[in-house]
Amino acid sequence: MKRAMLFFALAALSAGTRADRLPMPADAPPAFKAECGSCHLAFPPALLAADDWRQIMGRLDKHYGDNAALDEATRRQLEDFLAKNAGTGRRVARPAILAGELPRLTFTDRFRKKHDEVPASTWQDQRVGSPAHCAACHTQAEQGSYRERELRVPGMAGKRHDHD
Amino acid sequence: MQRSLFLMALMSPAAFGPAMADTPRQLGEAYSAAAGAAYQASARRGADFYARKFGVSEKLASCAACHTDQPAQSGQHVITHKAIKPLAPNANAERFTDPAKVEKWFKRNCREVVGRECSPGEKADFIAFVTEGR
Repeated sequence: MKRAMLFFALAALSAGTRADRLPMPADAPPAFKAECGSCHLAFPPALLAADDWRQIMGRLDKHYGDNAALDEATRRQLEDFLAKNAGTGRRVARPAILAGELPRLTFTDRFRKKHDEVPASTWQDQRVGSPAHCAACHTQAEQGSYRERELRVPGMAGKRHDHD
Repeated sequence: MQRSLFLMALMSPAAFGPAMADTPRQLGEAYSAAAGAAYQASARRGADFYARKFGVSEKLASCAACHTDQPAQSGQHVITHKAIKPLAPNANAERFTDPAKVEKWFKRNCREVVGRECSPGEKADFIAFVTEGR
């Protein structure tokens, strides 16, 4: 048990501080927070690949059950920003999706690996509601910080994380 | 004249600037004026509108779906679950002070929930309801 804890502590350290800090790129246009960040967290662009962002930004009228259409100038500005700051490589790899579906950052390898210990009861908790509701547990998500010590998981009183 | 002033305020927020922020009452009056000289905004009509299930969007069926049935309470987006600050100016002083922002969200949310743009009268009623309650 102790060994396992040590392993996880080391694994957390070796994953580096970069993995849990996703600051907003300096070139984020004001419209990013104003438009994208009103209904959900202004997600860090690094969480999806450039092509995935382009797919999402190409179908804003059918945006995960919402009509999020923007004027074309704003839409293009945000698409360019997202594509430029997008993630690359295995972290943003995701399973294939059906035609007509949109990519989801919660399906990427990075997201699934980081959340594989989250029990089903947490996902079903009304205070969480959606796996894309980062701020439900990551108290500093709005500031781009996802460190374990900042976690407050609803329904896990006094318990920030499995390994604490 | 009042109407063209109102339109100018909506279309050129930068020219007016944050120092010229409106009060919810002024905004409501501007929408009433745009609805016609004889229009009287009604908090009761606003309340009905706020609670009505339009059935255009399955999840976003009514204003109350996200904003709860009490505009003075914090809401929650029904899809993303992101917290929404109260709509009522009594509970959230920022509400209905920025004409461009108000118009933007009426446009977006009316399209989504009502399935069309809202009329100036509906907007005046809405503001009367969230401002005064019923």
